[in-house]
Amino acid sequence: MSSISSPDTADHKPAALQRTPLFALHVRLGARMVPFAGYEMPVQYPPGILKEHLHTRSAAGLFDVSHMGQIALRPRSGSRRDAARALESLVPIDVLGLAEGRQRYAFFTNKSGGILDDLMVANRGDHLHLIVNAACKAADEMHLRERLSATCLIEPLRDRALLALQGPEAEAVLAQLAPAASAMRFMDVRTLPIAGIDCEVSRSGYTGEDGFEISVPASRAEDLARALLQNPLVAPIGLGARDSLRLEAGLCLYGSDIDTGTTPVEAGLAWAMQKCRRAGGERQGGFPGSDVILEQLAHGTPRRRVGLRPIERAPVRGGVQLYRDDTDPTPIGAVTSGGFGPSAQAAVAMGYVAQPCASLGTRLFADVRGKRMPVETCDMPFVLHRYKRA
Amino acid sequence: MLKFTQDHEWLRVDGNVATVGITGHAQEQLGDLVFVELPAPGMTFQQGNAAAVVESVKAASDVYAPISGTVLEINQAIVDEPGVVNADPMGKGWFFKLKIADTSQIVGLMDEAAYQQMIG
Repeated sequence: MSSISSPDTADHKPAALQRTPLFALHVRLGARMVPFAGYEMPVQYPPGILKEHLHTRSAAGLFDVSHMGQIALRPRSGSRRDAARALESLVPIDVLGLAEGRQRYAFFTNKSGGILDDLMVANRGDHLHLIVNAACKAADEMHLRERLSATCLIEPLRDRALLALQGPEAEAVLAQLAPAASAMRFMDVRTLPIAGIDCEVSRSGYTGEDGFEISVPASRAEDLARALLQNPLVAPIGLGARDSLRLEAGLCLYGSDIDTGTTPVEAGLAWAMQKCRRAGGERQGGFPGSDVILEQLAHGTPRRRVGLRPIERAPVRGGVQLYRDDTDPTPIGAVTSGGFGPSAQAAVAMGYVAQPCASLGTRLFADVRGKRMPVETCDMPFVLHRYKRA
Repeated sequence: MLKFTQDHEWLRVDGNVATVGITGHAQEQLGDLVFVELPAPGMTFQQGNAAAVVESVKAASDVYAPISGTVLEINQAIVDEPGVVNADPMGKGWFFKLKIADTSQIVGLMDEAAYQQMIG
């Protein structure tokens, strides 16, 4: 059979892969390590992707996401508002209006309105804390230095690890070690001592479940992970399940579902752009590609990201072309992410389709191994989000 | 007689019929299977042709015909419940039975000891 000697089983690994502070723990836990965004990361542990996925949705999963970039943006003036204003020149997001102790989803745009990276921005009082994708972090850092150095100090937090605790039991688990975690709601950010370790905690994640992301000094990351894993409700979860969880939650993966060739409007991310940055808003435009993006907000886009439900059981994966019927030779779109959703108990996918085909319930055909398989456009998420908003 | 291919298929030969599946090592590397596509009975394959498809949560892989032959029977149970392949790859998780076209091809395949040595 094919693809059994995938990169994760190859004897020789590409040189210069980095390791997170939890590498030794992953190996001891029996993880299968694979190269990912320049790091050796756990793709799965002995129970396997399916069980890890379901465990996260029923109890709590612990993810090592230390490969992601953490950057502190500090205003030279000492006024946090100056850093917020500066960052607003790179993102179509209301950063100035973000309250202290709150976090928000954002993306860096380029001058054609494409997405350079998506990120989280937290207001930490005297500075902004950014969390960016691993594969983009060097470019993001350079982008920030080139564009914001006059007003801000850009400080990559290389000595910090990042853990995510996700699932319906995440609050109960964390509250045992840090009772104040229970008082946090979705997108709150707090400094919390957890098992005696000073951590920066946000109530957020990438699974669609309630949960927390915990920034911790690298030197204490393993202690924190061990403290959390001591709870029998917590299992370590690899990148494989992280991907199937985020796909079911309808969340974009940078590099697959969004990139420099897709705009936030096409990607269905207009919800993240607050009124004050849109046409007629107090601080309208003023970010790279604002002409393109504001025009698209007003008049729509020729294509749009949609959910796709294969009618048959075969998974429909990223890269698969989509057609209007089972004979037309011209594709009207393509799948960007797809696979089997263990909680949805069905094949699930997302992709971009031409606008006339984007309305819900449109029957399209996916070319899977030369066969045209029926799929239907649908709303996302595939599994309801369970964020703690109240 | 039990034989193995370099591509991690096994076949059990009984007269002029070979039962084909994937090895324990293969299912372990793939992880939990979520989809299996089998050929229709009556289809004919040359040795090394893609004859079936397996998909795990992560990826799709082809399963090759280990020898040339015609499909006599398929195991619908693994289509209905792909996890059977993970649970019992060499037994209940068989894929299809082939009417052997050329018995001389079997000689070129590995025995169990050689296969075990190959996967290490």
